[in-house]
Amino acid sequence: MGRDNGWVRVTEVANVAPREGREVRLNGVAIALFNLGGRFAAVENRCPHRGGPLADGIVSSLGGSVTVTCPLHNWRVCVDSGEVAKPADAHACVRSFPARVENGIVMVDMTAAALEEAA
Amino acid sequence: MTERLVVVGNGMAGVACVEQVLKHGRPFDITIFGDETHVNYNRIMLSSVLAGEKDFDDIVLNDIDWYKKNSIRARLGVRVESIDRQARVVAGSDGSFAAYDKLIIATGSSAFVPPVDGVNKSGVFVFRTLDDTRQLVELAGPGIKAVVIGGGLLGLEAARGLQVRGCDVSVVHLAGHLMERQLDPAGGAYLARKMESLGVRVLTGRNTEALLGNGHVEGVRFRDGEEIDANLVVIAAGIRPNAWLAKAAGLDVNRGIVVDDRMRTSDPRVFAVGECTEHRGQIFGLVAPLLEQGKVLAAAIAGGNDSSFEGAATAAKLKIMGVDVFSAGDPDDTKPGTEAIRYEDPALGVYKKLVLRGGRLQGVILVGDASDDRRYMDWLRTGKDLTKDRRHLLTPPPAADAGVDVAQMPESETVCGCMGVSKGDIIRAVHETGVNTFAQLKDRTRASTGCGSCGELCKSLLRAVAPEFEEDKVKVLCDCVKFPQDKLRDIIRSQKLKSVTEVLEIYGNGIGCEVCKPALAYLVDVVHCGGHEEDRSARFINDRVHANIQKDGTFSVVPRMRGGVTTPAELRRIADVADKYKVGMVKVTGSQRIDLLGVKKEDLPKMWADLDMPSGQAYAKGLRMVKTCVGSDFCRFGVQNSISTGIELERRLENLYTPHKTKLAVVGCPRNCAEATVKDIGLVGQDGSWQVVVGGAAGKGVRKADLLITVETTPGALEAAELFFQYYRENANYLERTYDFVERLGIEKVRRDTVYAPEEARHGLLERLRRSKDRSYDAWLERHDPRPGQFVEIQPMEGARIDGTR
Repeated sequence: MGRDNGWVRVTEVANVAPREGREVRLNGVAIALFNLGGRFAAVENRCPHRGGPLADGIVSSLGGSVTVTCPLHNWRVCVDSGEVAKPADAHACVRSFPARVENGIVMVDMTAAALEEAA
Repeated sequence: MTERLVVVGNGMAGVACVEQVLKHGRPFDITIFGDETHVNYNRIMLSSVLAGEKDFDDIVLNDIDWYKKNSIRARLGVRVESIDRQARVVAGSDGSFAAYDKLIIATGSSAFVPPVDGVNKSGVFVFRTLDDTRQLVELAGPGIKAVVIGGGLLGLEAARGLQVRGCDVSVVHLAGHLMERQLDPAGGAYLARKMESLGVRVLTGRNTEALLGNGHVEGVRFRDGEEIDANLVVIAAGIRPNAWLAKAAGLDVNRGIVVDDRMRTSDPRVFAVGECTEHRGQIFGLVAPLLEQGKVLAAAIAGGNDSSFEGAATAAKLKIMGVDVFSAGDPDDTKPGTEAIRYEDPALGVYKKLVLRGGRLQGVILVGDASDDRRYMDWLRTGKDLTKDRRHLLTPPPAADAGVDVAQMPESETVCGCMGVSKGDIIRAVHETGVNTFAQLKDRTRASTGCGSCGELCKSLLRAVAPEFEEDKVKVLCDCVKFPQDKLRDIIRSQKLKSVTEVLEIYGNGIGCEVCKPALAYLVDVVHCGGHEEDRSARFINDRVHANIQKDGTFSVVPRMRGGVTTPAELRRIADVADKYKVGMVKVTGSQRIDLLGVKKEDLPKMWADLDMPSGQAYAKGLRMVKTCVGSDFCRFGVQNSISTGIELERRLENLYTPHKTKLAVVGCPRNCAEATVKDIGLVGQDGSWQVVVGGAAGKGVRKADLLITVETTPGALEAAELFFQYYRENANYLERTYDFVERLGIEKVRRDTVYAPEEARHGLLERLRRSKDRSYDAWLERHDPRPGQFVEIQPMEGARIDGTR
């Protein structure tokens, strides 16, 4: 199998309410999957601050990027890049995973994660 | 040697005069005698103390430190009994003497008690001092039939305070209409109607002949033989200057102590100030001219300049139970050469009358709407020719902005009538002492520290003249949707927006954040009484899964235990659930409930089912609990059934969202074992009545709740709590606790808009509460029909199959 065969069929779109996140475990990694209306995004479900569950956060925005606000202490994490957007000087990030919708099914690309693990 | 200044009288006029003397910087060795044992307090505010809006401590004007700091000898509780003008010595009631070089008499006035039979019975009071007020506060309450004799300014304020404390109040007045010194018969009738509609009986044209009763007062008899019941009588039939001391000392005295334009008596070493004086035949009873007198007197003895007191245009502005009343000049239009211009609206309760003479304003009466008072005051003071303004006498000129109005005010115009602060004083304070905030202005000039009604005017003046005025910023909800909450509430209502998404898409950035989304979710809910489109994505996780998220991502579960009352069966189920789900800790909370901590999200619905108890909303900005004491069922001190009342209150308000968490308590006696006076709403049981208190806090700060109302019946107390609860829901900002809300609005406004609101307004609040309540439900019932993935993790459709990993 090739490098981009890591796309995993995760769940039907209807199982993640619009503008909300849900947790799913893929390859032993807890992932926060977000339904952003027209598209999906996926990051590791663990706030770099104190490990809060990002999937339980409120979807927000900051400076043009879509973020999720951690429910524990309001850190904001970009759902696309995984970088912490607030506090601005945190210089931390979580892993992010490409996500797309195909025939009503949410797909997440675990290739990078798998390679990391294998390495 | 430093000159010795002795002041007889420790009231507002005397002490304000001493403050002015100190300002001149010329040293005096000062002694102040006061026959009351208190430091100088704001006598105008006694009615607020009676009404429970202020505590005794709140109305102190000069605390004991002020006397110490200025090296003033305060001889409190000592009455000066004689003045020896030859020896220049005064003699105190404690046998002490004090020698003077200059003497100021500021003995004020006393309540006039008409010579009717029975005024010495117990239960009969005057309303003049802090001690009088304390006694009234102790006795007033539901079931008390209070009769106030005198329908003047003071009598009406006493009536208001007694009514707020739950008394059944009648005002008896000798003249044919209320406040006959300030109002004409029509104006008096408007005021009387308004008072009657608020539950105070008004009896005019009644000549009190005797107070009845055997030892304690039981009733009042009028000259025509009519009798009414009373177990508390307050005599407010006018005041008389305290001039006997001056008279005994041989000074010139008519009705008051005669003073010249520099406030000198007939002895050049002796001065007088305040209500005890008579200036050009006139006696002054309102605070502004008395403070003006103090300034003139201070200049006369300490300043060396020759300012003089020329009398003052008399104006009275007050608010009686929410009704504005203003009277100035001479509003008598029966004299020849006068003409009256009137405006009346019986439905609104608004009455205005201007009396002109020779094209100039001679007097004015405003009832129900006194918003134009400054314009009329200015016309009176300047004697402006109004011929050209005849078309706009009763309607304000086309709206000009506040800045222009302020600019047009003459510098000498009084801004704060209570403390006698003019526009010029404020401008000087800004330029000379660098005042930039409203708080600094109050501190430096004392403006707006009396009744406070000039606050807005002071602020617009500061805005206009202080170069670095720090305005209270208009606080927008959030950068995502840049409107203040009040505006958003209006938008949601008028545009009929039912969802958070609609608001964000039309008025915001389309996405929102954790600050604005929960606030908007709250607003659409409350505005539409629960008839909104609930969008859980806008709610905090706690309100999505109905449990409180903990630091490790687990949740805590607190079942509702109304009034803190539980059963053995419930306790067994709680214990079984704690075992079954291996909860990390079982904790009794401060809200008389039990907290099960360390619960996994997916276990929540199963636990709720096993518990078979409703949600305690311990995670929500909503009604948390109603804490109760044991009350009259078991407690030997209990006088009210706090448990059943608390449980009923909790049932009526549970499952509703509020701007911030709301904690209630009901106690069965004033021992207050469930701390009702530091709760958002508290019901305090007394023998035969409930005190309903609101806005208490025992969190980051501690705040004693304000008395909303005292009522006799339990249904009445529950209704008062409901009125406040819904009023708070509809008007507070999101995340504003009741104690900040009540503090921001003032308890007087809260009362006026809730328990003393017109029937339709009260009905509206209760009706909207009922509609919201009808649509509300126990959130834990969502276990029967959970949203997709509300509690459980998503199970992937397939495992990841990637080379090298399997």
